[in-house]
Amino acid sequence: MSTEAQAEAQTAREAASSEGAHRARALFSGVSKRREEVAERRQGATQRLAQLDTLESEAIHIIREVAAEFERPALLFSGGKDSVVMLHLATKAFWPGKVPFPVLHVDTGHNFPEVLAFRDRTVERLGVRLVVASVQDYLDDGRLHERADGTRNPLQTLPLLDAIADNRFDAVFGGGRRDEDKARAKERILSLRDEFGQWDPRNQRPELWNLYNGRHTVGQHVRAFPISNWTELDIWRYIERERIELPGIYYAHQREVFQRDGMWRAIGEHSQPRDTERVTVRTVRYRTVGDMSCTGAVLSDAATVQDVVREVAASTLTERGATRADDRISEAAMEDRKKDGYF
Amino acid sequence: MTTTTAPATPAVQAVPLLEEGTLFRFATAGSVDDGKSTLVGRLLHDSKAILADQLDAVTRTSQERGFGGASDGTTKIDLALLTDGLRAEREQGITIDVAYRYFATDRRSFILADCPGHVQYTKNTVTGASTADAVVLLIDARKGVLEQTRRHLSVAHLLRVPHVVVAVNKIDLVGFSEDVFRAVETDVLRAALELGVGDVTVVPVSALDGDNVVDRSARTPWYYGPALLEVLETLPATDEIETGLEPFRLPVQLVLRPQGALAPGVDAGAFRDYRAYAGQLASGTVRVGDEVVVLPSGRSTTVTGIDFAGTQLHEAFAPQSVALRLADEIDIARGDLIAAAGTAGEPTRDLAASLCWLSPKPLREGAKVLIKHGTRTVQGLVRSVTGKLDLDSFTLQAAPGLELNDIGDVEIRLAAELPAEAYASHRRTGAFLVVDAADGNTLAAGLVR
Repeated sequence: MSTEAQAEAQTAREAASSEGAHRARALFSGVSKRREEVAERRQGATQRLAQLDTLESEAIHIIREVAAEFERPALLFSGGKDSVVMLHLATKAFWPGKVPFPVLHVDTGHNFPEVLAFRDRTVERLGVRLVVASVQDYLDDGRLHERADGTRNPLQTLPLLDAIADNRFDAVFGGGRRDEDKARAKERILSLRDEFGQWDPRNQRPELWNLYNGRHTVGQHVRAFPISNWTELDIWRYIERERIELPGIYYAHQREVFQRDGMWRAIGEHSQPRDTERVTVRTVRYRTVGDMSCTGAVLSDAATVQDVVREVAASTLTERGATRADDRISEAAMEDRKKDGYF
Repeated sequence: MTTTTAPATPAVQAVPLLEEGTLFRFATAGSVDDGKSTLVGRLLHDSKAILADQLDAVTRTSQERGFGGASDGTTKIDLALLTDGLRAEREQGITIDVAYRYFATDRRSFILADCPGHVQYTKNTVTGASTADAVVLLIDARKGVLEQTRRHLSVAHLLRVPHVVVAVNKIDLVGFSEDVFRAVETDVLRAALELGVGDVTVVPVSALDGDNVVDRSARTPWYYGPALLEVLETLPATDEIETGLEPFRLPVQLVLRPQGALAPGVDAGAFRDYRAYAGQLASGTVRVGDEVVVLPSGRSTTVTGIDFAGTQLHEAFAPQSVALRLADEIDIARGDLIAAAGTAGEPTRDLAASLCWLSPKPLREGAKVLIKHGTRTVQGLVRSVTGKLDLDSFTLQAAPGLELNDIGDVEIRLAAELPAEAYASHRRTGAFLVVDAADGNTLAAGLVR
């Protein structure tokens, strides 16, 4: 490097840093008095919001925006932990009023009975209206057909879209998190869907600051994801902090299980072992709660929420990789389902 | 499909990261092929944010595609696959859309907005930068500062991103040459100086091999600064500190007036006449007893209570979501702004603003648009385009309008008053969206001058 160039680089560095220092000084002299005042006011208070409070405030802001800007929102509620957290956030957003929109459950007909009981108890307790879209009805009258692999997760899309159209929902809250999957990582917080519920990932609206643009035309609707920025660990820490009740299957319990595709499957009405699959009793828990036909349990002794927080913090597998057969089909499994109108 | 993952048995080892920290948001930016996805993949991989099944999947795909690996032949995985989430991205080897990633170190939790480099995706850089505490700007050491680099610096400057960290990547491909690094560093600092970007850190890295990404590299002995991740771990979260110091502002999202629709368990007698104004503090701090003014009406009143889900707070600060009770029964609705008394300027119907134009539909003088500011949306008429930013000289040049990715200054006449404030001093209440009245699409990011 030539001496000349070195000198030039040095000059530029100094100039840049002195410019920065100058600006910092200007800013500082302007705000130093206020800074002292604020510091004084904040004595004893938290200087910055802790991570969970930041995420909670962001989610509540989103929920309130959607409730204010849309005519007929609904909240997707399955009894799974993410939807339970979302409903909890909604109760906080509108306190002392009740949650001003119904909850919608797409029932695959293969749900864990404990989770359905929990769902019913929760809506009863909060006084919210429950709308159920039933995959079984669609199978019974031939609008849908059972898949060869037995999983009903992909079959949820049609009943979901029909429920949205029939109830004229213009915004639907989902508990999707961006850390769950690579395609979800690209989803906006407000995601516009066309008449067919399709997601067009190449044509998403830019989402700037915390100004959410929910404008849509007749036939379109919006999916809103208030907990986009939460990770699985955030969810569990929040459940611990807020003492949120969950279905018992999230915690360690004894269960008759068998192994299939490298996952532990529960024995149930809709989930039976084949002749070659040996049934054993294990101590397990669920990291995700979906359709019994495609959700696997993990071997775990985590019997309390504190245990689960520790376990999740130390886990070396993602929750979907560990427990969801439907996401293993291909690298773009989630993207394809989302494009078709799935969450 | 040949997944052979063993039944999931979470291995409970030592207890990492049980302490709850604070969030730091940063965005990446660069030109195409600068290796941004690889750098992000490297950050995630080396900070151990990638879990075993994700790594398995990426390793498998890398092998199927015959990925060559690092220059020393050790790495056999294409790290870019960790972040390129859409099929088209993986097939074309480019990033199309912003991908959000989450990772944590012992010091901090990060939200990373990985923004694409193609010029046509600059809108995503604007998106990522609008909420970022820092922007990591990639430069290919072999190519140096490009127009796209200058564009991204302009965006970072305009949006007041507090810190810019420049990663001079592919330093391995120039033989770890200090001369090359210093030349690029000089160009970047000069450009930053012209723009007035204050806080710039320049780091030589090899995303492919990991030099100076998480750990300092022995292959750049002439570089004494911290590795990229160290920089990110230690930068002050200036955005939040500054926002906290700005005067109190709360855009009203909705009025909580439950009357008959009280939540179960709430005392009907005590809350029958409850009325509060729900919103997220855009800036500053508010306390019970504070004098406030409601804009645009200009009426004054006093804060009598701050509620959050059944808890009465003594004070609240940005970015908390709360509900305020006020002393006087004045007409307040969604779209109004509650501000600390004596700190707000007059609401205006004439907006002088800078725009980042994000739509393929060009802007022409006379266009009718919608302006979304805080929680209020009003009609606007673009009376004139004062000029557009020339990226070579960083000066405004006369232009008939703005095209996709242009940055320019405009004058907008509003159908109703807005309590608009300068973005330079009020980040939240100085920002707005320009929305297409016909199809509802977002056309531009707006910043009040």
